[in-house]
Amino acid sequence: MAGKKVKSSTEEFEKAAAMPDRAKHVLRLYITGMTPKSTRAIANVRNLCEQYLKGEYELKVIDIYQQPKLAAGEQIIATPTLIKQLPLPLRKLIGDMSDTERFLVGIDLKPKNA
Amino acid sequence: MVKKKPQGRPTLICGSAGCGKTLFAMEFLLRGALNFGEPGVFMTFEESPEDLAKNFISLGFDINDMMSRGLIAMDHVYIERSEIEETGEYDLEGLFIRLGNAIDSIGAKRVVLDTIEALFSGLSNAAIIRAELRRLFLWLKERGVTAIVTGESGNKMLTRYGLEEYVADCVIFLDFRIDEQISTRRLRIIKYRGSSHGADEYPFLIDEGGLSILPITSLGLDYPVSSRRVSTGVPKLDAMLEGKGFYRGSTILISGTAGTGKTSLAATFADAACRRGERCLYFAFEESPSQIIRNMASIGMDLAKWVKKGLLRFHSVRPSLYGLEMHLLTFHKVINTFNPQVFIVDPISNLTVAGSASEVKSILTRLIDYLKMTNITTFLTDLTRCEGSLEQTSEEISSLIDTWLLLRDIELNGERNRGLYILKSRGMAHSNQIQEFLLTDRGIDLVDIYTGTGEVLTGSARAAQEAGEKASDLARQREVERRLRAQERKKNALEANIAAIRAEFDVETLEVLLMAEEEKKRQAIQAQDRLEMAKLRKGKPSGPQAMRSKKNRKG
Repeated sequence: MAGKKVKSSTEEFEKAAAMPDRAKHVLRLYITGMTPKSTRAIANVRNLCEQYLKGEYELKVIDIYQQPKLAAGEQIIATPTLIKQLPLPLRKLIGDMSDTERFLVGIDLKPKNA
Repeated sequence: MVKKKPQGRPTLICGSAGCGKTLFAMEFLLRGALNFGEPGVFMTFEESPEDLAKNFISLGFDINDMMSRGLIAMDHVYIERSEIEETGEYDLEGLFIRLGNAIDSIGAKRVVLDTIEALFSGLSNAAIIRAELRRLFLWLKERGVTAIVTGESGNKMLTRYGLEEYVADCVIFLDFRIDEQISTRRLRIIKYRGSSHGADEYPFLIDEGGLSILPITSLGLDYPVSSRRVSTGVPKLDAMLEGKGFYRGSTILISGTAGTGKTSLAATFADAACRRGERCLYFAFEESPSQIIRNMASIGMDLAKWVKKGLLRFHSVRPSLYGLEMHLLTFHKVINTFNPQVFIVDPISNLTVAGSASEVKSILTRLIDYLKMTNITTFLTDLTRCEGSLEQTSEEISSLIDTWLLLRDIELNGERNRGLYILKSRGMAHSNQIQEFLLTDRGIDLVDIYTGTGEVLTGSARAAQEAGEKASDLARQREVERRLRAQERKKNALEANIAAIRAEFDVETLEVLLMAEEEKKRQAIQAQDRLEMAKLRKGKPSGPQAMRSKKNRKG
């Protein structure tokens, strides 16, 4: 999958490799209806993405009440869960994303020990 | 122990690793699905569904098949801590949705969470997990599903993370203990709200048929008894037992020292049962079936044909193969599948290698209770050790026995001979005689031992004594005959004498009669003479004068 997204151009690939945090982020946010936590999570994720990944992310919000089968497939236990499918490695962020520091660590925009 | 699992309530099963929690939970689901029409959801947090399916096929359940038939739904919840970053408040609604989805997909009535504690190691915010678990159990209760939650036993608490706080309705504790290298699994119900439950520890077993629990003791002594009798296979032994043999459904013990013929007697009984067309189950703890068949052929018994006909089944195992509970379960299982009328264990004394004496006694008590309940005639042999009294079994089960036969060696004149006697036989007037027990090429025979001159003789001493007695009997007989003949002769002589004397007497009598006749004649002649004389004298014919004159003349 990574190969497809990062085009075939060597230049672009090297650029992407040199700056992994600048790569296109594929994010999935799993929520449960319109609970306060869910709405908070959606708002927080949108804000943070606009702030740190402007133009370089693809966010999809999925309500697992509507699609319960996806919950099992994606190993969703806690909600809300934000799954960072790309770039690898896969990460799961749970919670309402009110902790910006942890959010950034979670999507590998910041090293963990920082 | 209890009627059934609490319906619509969560139950916690806790225990240490390898004690059978997952199996217990799985069996609960499978039984529910197969026997009670209650589909179930298995939510596994540890093993993958593929591994579980493999494990359960070895226990006799085909999970994949049941899943395709919609009886079981499985969901593998996989938590990889390194992938997860907690970024604020969250809940476990995802888990609820997955569980709810699984329940709805097959209309499940039963749910297993194995083991939900994985949440604690996967997620760091214990406060949230605890709150969510509380909600989860309430939610399960509301949905009316019966849930089983497993938990690893902790140091001071029943479970490592204190699950018992949430699942407060029913707690079952599984234990896996090793005593003298033999392990026994035990189960205990710690709490069961709204039910009177057994508080004891119950041994349970896991084998190829799944998990089974055996009650420690049977509940009552209210089994029906039969007054029908069955032959022992030895006509003379039947004769010692009122001529009818054992009671059907009774428990018979043969005890004796080594080499006294216990197995032969047991095999004879088995043979007799098969001859009646009954099924006989033979548990051999010492010999292999072929060895028993060969040995019994030497005393003229063909057990192989009964095996071929399916009337006789041998079950040979080493007693140390597994623990006593397993033995008891094997007994139960084989009895249930074979459904015999006669059940033989040869010998029970070997069970002591698999457990302590008190455990063996408890096992045998339960076994005998079970057999009595099912009216199976039980034949046990027991090897008596040389030390100690013969009237004692090493397993101390004599009080459970209805008919107790004792085989013993009688040493006399440089010979060892076998003696058999009936120590007790409940409900019949049995013989009190010691009989000599002979193994012949036509089976077992009992011979009255010689008790003629106040001593007990067996073997060749008995034979010699009997031969001597026969000789002297013959001599006496001759003497009697001789005396009889002499007496006969005497009688003949006496009768001859009597005849002679009688003849003499007759002659004498005849003479006397003749004399009397002659005298009469003489007197008549005399009177005639006198008359004629008077005529001649012209006197008065015969008057007093004449008489006087005669008198005078005489005077």
